[in-house]
Amino acid sequence: MTNAPSPFVRAALDAAAAVPATGIAWLDAARRENLEAFAADGLPEGRNEAWKYTPLRALAQRALALADRDAAGTLAVDAARIALPGVEGDRVVFVDGTYRADLSSATTTGIALLPLAGALAQNPEPLRFALANRYRHGAADAFAHLNAALAVDGLVLRVDDGVAIARPVHVVHVSSGAQADTAWHVRVLLDIGKAASVDVVEHYVTLGDAAQLGTVVTDIVVRENARLGLVVLQDASTATTLVRRSHARLDAGATATVHALELGGALVRHELQADVNGDGARFDSRGVFALSGRQHIDTQLEVRHQARDTASDALWRGIADGRSRGVFRGAIVVAEGADGTDASLSNKNLLLSGQAEIDTKPELEIYADEVKAAHGATIGQLDERSLFYLRSRGIPLAQARSLLTLAFCRAALESLPNDALREHLGDLLVAHLPTGPAAD
Amino acid sequence: MHMLKIDNLHARVEGKEILKGLSLTVKPGEVHAIMGPNGAGKSTLGNVLAGRDGYEVTAGSVDFAGRDLLALEPEERAAVGVFLAFQYPVEIPGVNNTYFLRAALNAQRKFRGEEELDSMRFLKLVREKLKVMQISDELLHRAVNEGFSGGEKKRNEIFQMAVLEPKLAILDETDSGLDIDALKQVAEGVNALRSPDRSFVIVTHYQRLLDYIEPDFVHVLAGGRIVESGDKDLALKLEEQGYAWLAEKHPELRKADLTGEPA
Repeated sequence: MTNAPSPFVRAALDAAAAVPATGIAWLDAARRENLEAFAADGLPEGRNEAWKYTPLRALAQRALALADRDAAGTLAVDAARIALPGVEGDRVVFVDGTYRADLSSATTTGIALLPLAGALAQNPEPLRFALANRYRHGAADAFAHLNAALAVDGLVLRVDDGVAIARPVHVVHVSSGAQADTAWHVRVLLDIGKAASVDVVEHYVTLGDAAQLGTVVTDIVVRENARLGLVVLQDASTATTLVRRSHARLDAGATATVHALELGGALVRHELQADVNGDGARFDSRGVFALSGRQHIDTQLEVRHQARDTASDALWRGIADGRSRGVFRGAIVVAEGADGTDASLSNKNLLLSGQAEIDTKPELEIYADEVKAAHGATIGQLDERSLFYLRSRGIPLAQARSLLTLAFCRAALESLPNDALREHLGDLLVAHLPTGPAAD
Repeated sequence: MHMLKIDNLHARVEGKEILKGLSLTVKPGEVHAIMGPNGAGKSTLGNVLAGRDGYEVTAGSVDFAGRDLLALEPEERAAVGVFLAFQYPVEIPGVNNTYFLRAALNAQRKFRGEEELDSMRFLKLVREKLKVMQISDELLHRAVNEGFSGGEKKRNEIFQMAVLEPKLAILDETDSGLDIDALKQVAEGVNALRSPDRSFVIVTHYQRLLDYIEPDFVHVLAGGRIVESGDKDLALKLEEQGYAWLAEKHPELRKADLTGEPA
């Protein structure tokens, strides 16, 4: 059965026609095949289990042109708009998916921050495994297909073996918000060398009000005994649609800790996948999503333990106000032979309004022996007794509500890489919380 | 001039009338003890005065230093000088005790048009008050009441009172669940805060606390009203004889009102 392609798909095909070939045969073939798969499968629909709670009907009706790369290359960006306390290391800036050398600075030795085009020109072979990915899950992979076909720019970050990078690296994705119904796509590869250590802050901001789509596909390799701290701060405008997929592979003895703070966006989807492939590796994730208005944020976490004595701890908090909807799926898979795995997952949610909705689904699949695994999810409201206690001491209702809400999220934010960043993210979260009485 | 004047107060909880015409006048500097059998409405009184949701006032008035107390939000009542020491202080994980107290004090000061305290001045104040309550400053670094023992929670209530310096403090069965040492410490804290312009309403089930905090007046709350008032000797009489003797003087009271058993 073939349906007529949606305006979204037709526009993507038009956009792809204008993307120049790279001249690298395997890469051009991968782009073409991913585009064909995207055209054949289209966007996922309601019956697609992986997208069940995130309807794309409205997006499918939008014809999005590629964001203007010339404009993106020269758009003025106020440095204060992207600065983050505690994040003062190397910086890479993309505006509407276009790498901005003028806003980026890389001076630290032991780490390479290359725009994708530059890395391909230097030596495409090491990128082949990631960039030649065909994504075989049909419509569920629609945005991965789209990104593979249309992302001409991106970042290749490599940390040399044994190097510890002291200052967090700042990777900024700016949506111009300049022209409505435009889209941008960025491809990111992080390769953390053996026994190396680095913190990376992935930061989403929007400048204007126009409704844009951004997609980011990130492949991460954390090699033997290396450490990666990844902080995601998503503070896009409420007109922005963002679809991200981050996949991490952890080799033996490697550790990765992800912190995610999702505040903005109209429609946001983040697929965070970890293959804990090496013995003794550890993958921890902490996240907070705070929604209001009509925001929709969907986090899909999947941690796959594939080796012995691996560990993972996932701690996520969701807050939904107004008529917003939060979706969280957290899956832990312990493969056959992954004995000695220690995995836990907790997702607690707070509904601040009667019209808000949160769908949470923890999943556990265990095929190994001698496994410790725990998971749990809750949905609740602010505790009335605690609210009254704070008010009885003189704290006004709105402040009492945000104090308790921040307290609810504290466990997910306390292990951020430094105090300045932790305080800043806490402040951003508080500023984002509703201050008025409950909407219901 | 009175500080608190409760006149013919009627209040309902979950549709059930608990206070049935309670009247009480407290002048500055006075300590009033309110005793009574279980279910008499003792805790309801504290909660109504502090403005808790679910406590519906159906008749009567409460005047606090010239203001209609019942028209104020709970946080406004705190800011004008009313403090309720809870029978069961709430544990609030994730909210630091010191941060909470500074936020509370500054919110009150802001409401009153006073300058807010910066963290240096606040810490200085806190250190002074810690001495009074003999609280270790380790408690300050923990979350509000989290993991506190029963005694620590009650002392923390009095410590908060010392920092917030209310005009009227209502102690809701602060003595319940305390051993004698903790009881003495709480009483010492309260006594240290007594002053000519600060009043106390001490709600208690036992006379014991009044050995350490000497009240100016003792009232019996039964059947939702104050039925008997006297000086501290009344508390001793209640301790010896219980409440049954009041039935003769107050034939309108049901037996259950005096025994604390369900009617």
